[in-house]
Amino acid sequence: MSVTLDHVTRTVDGIPTIRDVSLTLERGTLSVLLGPTLSGKTSIMRLLAGLDKPASGRVLVEGKDVTGIDVRQRSVAMVYQQFINYPSLTVYENIASPLRVQGRPKEEIDRRVQEAARLLKLEPFMNRTPLQLSGGQQQRTAIARALVKGADLVLLDEPLANLDYKLREELRAELPRIFEASGAIFVYATTEPSEALLLGGDTLCMWEGEVLQHGETPKVYRHPDTMRVAQVFSDPPLNIVGIEKRNGSVVYAGGGEAPATGLYAGLADGAYRVGFRAHQLEVANGAAGRHVFPATVSVTEITGSESFVHLHRESQNWVAVLHGVHEYEPGERLDAALDPDNIFVFDAANRLVAAPKSS
Amino acid sequence: MEKTVNQKAWFLVLPVFLIVAFSAILPLMTVVNYSMQDTFGNNQFFWNGVGWFKELLDPSTDLGGRFLASVLRNLLFSAIILAIEVPLGIVVALSMPRQGWQVAACLVILALPLLIPWNVVGTIWQIFGRPDIGLLGYVLNKMGFNYNYVANDLDAWFTVIVMDVWHWTSLVALLCYAGLKSIPDAYYQAAQIDGASRWAVFKAIQLPKMNRVLLIAVLLRFMDSFMIYTEPFVVTGGGPGNSTTFVSIELVKIALGQFDLGKAAALSLVYNLIILIVCWIFYTVMTNAGADRPAKESVV
Amino acid sequence: MARIDLVDLAHSYSGNDAPPESFALKPVTMTWRQGGAYALLGPSGCGKTTLLNLISGIVTPSRGKILFDGTDITQATTQQRNIAQVFQFPVIYDTMTVGQNLAFPLKNRGVPGPEIVARVKQIADLLDLTPYLNRKATRLTADAKQKISLGRGLVRADVAAVLFDEPLTVIDPELKWQLRSKLKALHRELDLTMIYVTHDQTEALTFADTVVVMHDGRVVQSGTPAELFDKPAHTFVGYFIGSPGMNIVPAQVLGREARIDGHTIALKRSYNGLSKTAKIEIGVRPEFVDIATPAPGLLSANIERIDDLGRARFARVRVGDAKLAARVPPGFSPSGDSAGLVFDPAHVHVYADSLLVEGAA
Repeated sequence: MSVTLDHVTRTVDGIPTIRDVSLTLERGTLSVLLGPTLSGKTSIMRLLAGLDKPASGRVLVEGKDVTGIDVRQRSVAMVYQQFINYPSLTVYENIASPLRVQGRPKEEIDRRVQEAARLLKLEPFMNRTPLQLSGGQQQRTAIARALVKGADLVLLDEPLANLDYKLREELRAELPRIFEASGAIFVYATTEPSEALLLGGDTLCMWEGEVLQHGETPKVYRHPDTMRVAQVFSDPPLNIVGIEKRNGSVVYAGGGEAPATGLYAGLADGAYRVGFRAHQLEVANGAAGRHVFPATVSVTEITGSESFVHLHRESQNWVAVLHGVHEYEPGERLDAALDPDNIFVFDAANRLVAAPKSS
Repeated sequence: MEKTVNQKAWFLVLPVFLIVAFSAILPLMTVVNYSMQDTFGNNQFFWNGVGWFKELLDPSTDLGGRFLASVLRNLLFSAIILAIEVPLGIVVALSMPRQGWQVAACLVILALPLLIPWNVVGTIWQIFGRPDIGLLGYVLNKMGFNYNYVANDLDAWFTVIVMDVWHWTSLVALLCYAGLKSIPDAYYQAAQIDGASRWAVFKAIQLPKMNRVLLIAVLLRFMDSFMIYTEPFVVTGGGPGNSTTFVSIELVKIALGQFDLGKAAALSLVYNLIILIVCWIFYTVMTNAGADRPAKESVV
Repeated sequence: MARIDLVDLAHSYSGNDAPPESFALKPVTMTWRQGGAYALLGPSGCGKTTLLNLISGIVTPSRGKILFDGTDITQATTQQRNIAQVFQFPVIYDTMTVGQNLAFPLKNRGVPGPEIVARVKQIADLLDLTPYLNRKATRLTADAKQKISLGRGLVRADVAAVLFDEPLTVIDPELKWQLRSKLKALHRELDLTMIYVTHDQTEALTFADTVVVMHDGRVVQSGTPAELFDKPAHTFVGYFIGSPGMNIVPAQVLGREARIDGHTIALKRSYNGLSKTAKIEIGVRPEFVDIATPAPGLLSANIERIDDLGRARFARVRVGDAKLAARVPPGFSPSGDSAGLVFDPAHVHVYADSLLVEGAA
């Protein structure tokens, strides 16, 4: 069973929220919609579900046009950011509710509810009402209710955003297992790149109502088609510097010239923009073959396992992440360095022309 | 928002549509018909076209003069009661407790005047204001005021206004209370931290957040007071003379008193039109004031 | 700026005679130095918001005292305590412009006009709000509004402490970075006592000099981010800090060795005389456990999943019944489902009944 959006657009109050999106999702896959708020993730999900009608374009299921068919006739389940459960029903009844609406026989309902509860680790709480549960348990109930329906398309709209950090971690670790067990098409919306990386599957990178790139998550991460994709898919934010290549060397904006080694070697002469993630920026390590930039520390953030060093260099602000504890003082001068084999190069149209070779 | 379309819903509306057609639209057409004829109702009709309307809107004629005077009285009445009921309602809402059993008790007490049938309200005040057996009338006269709403224009107005305030302030208070309850505690805490005085808290937090609710309250009260009929009619009958003859009372006098159905029909249509226009103005102002501008500016 | 002392402070929402275990905040005595940056870190319901509200004065404690610079302010109102608070969602006065919002606290205290203008300008500059001083506050985005909320707190020169209640909840991830760095820079520049409540360990660890980890109404450990990371005093701290959290595995410990699943791991310190009845566990962070090709001398494990985070890779493995997370060294590709685990003895800790055991050198 596949779901297709064919050149759909959507406008709200005269403002286009979705601009010409086409995509196809196959059975048994997990697709992550990654993008900042208001990039169109929720709008896409609502179009996939049938809650909204596109202004133009079609929605197809298994090749059949279902544009305009009400969501109640489609096989869809949705989980929201706010834990939405029926407050007066017990957990058991909550999970059973879609099956009761479908009029399934009692034994089947019981069997499927128990299975969903086991998958989401809700067995000890079956007789409680949602208000007697913690946030994480309420959201598990909502997910169980979405899964038990056996819908072909399950949509999750930032389902973990309202949970505590650690709970989010735990639930996120369990989700891939739950998704695989179900076999439906899963679509998961999030603003955090790390969630996309941890969930795997495919990623659709969104920005201002468009899908910028759609592919396997590691591939989109390692080969962003445009600089915008790299920016959306970076946390901490992507560092950027302009360069110009001529006569076998590269000149960095703000000063500094270096031989055009590594990935620079294969480029034609001209102006480019270099993007590098925080872990690609090295600090004071004296390694060979690096392009070095004298910089000043503006602030260091230490988490124990990592240190985020915010650097200021010639009117640019960069951030580097280092393993372990490094207590650099603000105002301290140090050398930041780039490995010319470990950068992303984008041309004047912001398209990717060079990327590190994947391991 | 364009939701997916479900045609079956129209069938559910059909019965209501038929009932409304019978009870409202057909009689309305009858009134429109009457307004363009000269008749006393005994099935004799003489075409008058827009004659009644012209007469109605010309203050120099008898009909026009009476109409204009009653409209002005209505406007004055609405202005006065709004000026009293809105601030008073806000004050009551601010003074109400927010938690505990006292909340329910207050809500019940406030709701009581709203539940009394309107002609009973009129009757209560009619008796209440009588100088001989009414508590208000008796006390006022004993205090030296020569209070008699039957004979004195000012006293009649006073009585009708006080009655309306007593009857309807609760509505404003309840609406404002609902608006106040929706303000998160964090706002009050922040104001406390900022050292804001009680008045500053009111001006900066409570009043802006109550805006929507206040607009609804003002709209409702204006419409109701502009259409007012039962209460003043029971108390004063439009008198003394015609000092409290509001448009609705004038209309009844013409229709049922003089049996001038043509004039009355024309008057009721114009009356209806005025109210519709006022409603539309308020509605436009309300929805525009409440609409959030979608484009927000980022600062970082 | 004030030094804050908590003396046997405790609070129960059901009154003072409620059973001690049900207290939302169990008795705590701590000193927070003037000008320090503190974070209260813990899961929902751990008591951190209760503690923050006790300090700000929104809640009066059932028991104990709070002192600002030595003065007992336990019964003082919020206003009298002269603190500033930034809430989870931006709290701004809708009808005012940005400038008027910032000036509000000063106006309420009767500060003369020119001084207000100067102070508002200073704070607006610090927060990069100067171009927007004349815009209506409601028109700005969430992060700008939070800055205004913060600015209102900072505009009073003598503010005792600035309290933050999960202030970045509604902010986009990319802007969170900028706002966080800004808060840290502000702290350096203004030398204010700042207390930051959050359940997000990254926020807590990057912002604070001292992190107070709370669990179930108790302060479990208080220390610098490095201390909490390297030497968690309680298994809860080990679990809560670090992503992924510390691996806690039951083991038998004797002398300089720990035995798990028949294998021996070397320890840096010597542990003798451990209680026979206590629950003995070793704790080691995933950053200090590497997976390698299976070998006889290494603890063997089954690989369940490899998480690729871009800048690091972690493997989720199983040893018997226990689940662990381990680092995948750069360039290493596991062949098959089995792997050997290499432990760094310097970072393996021993816990008895969830509390850290020091051991002898």
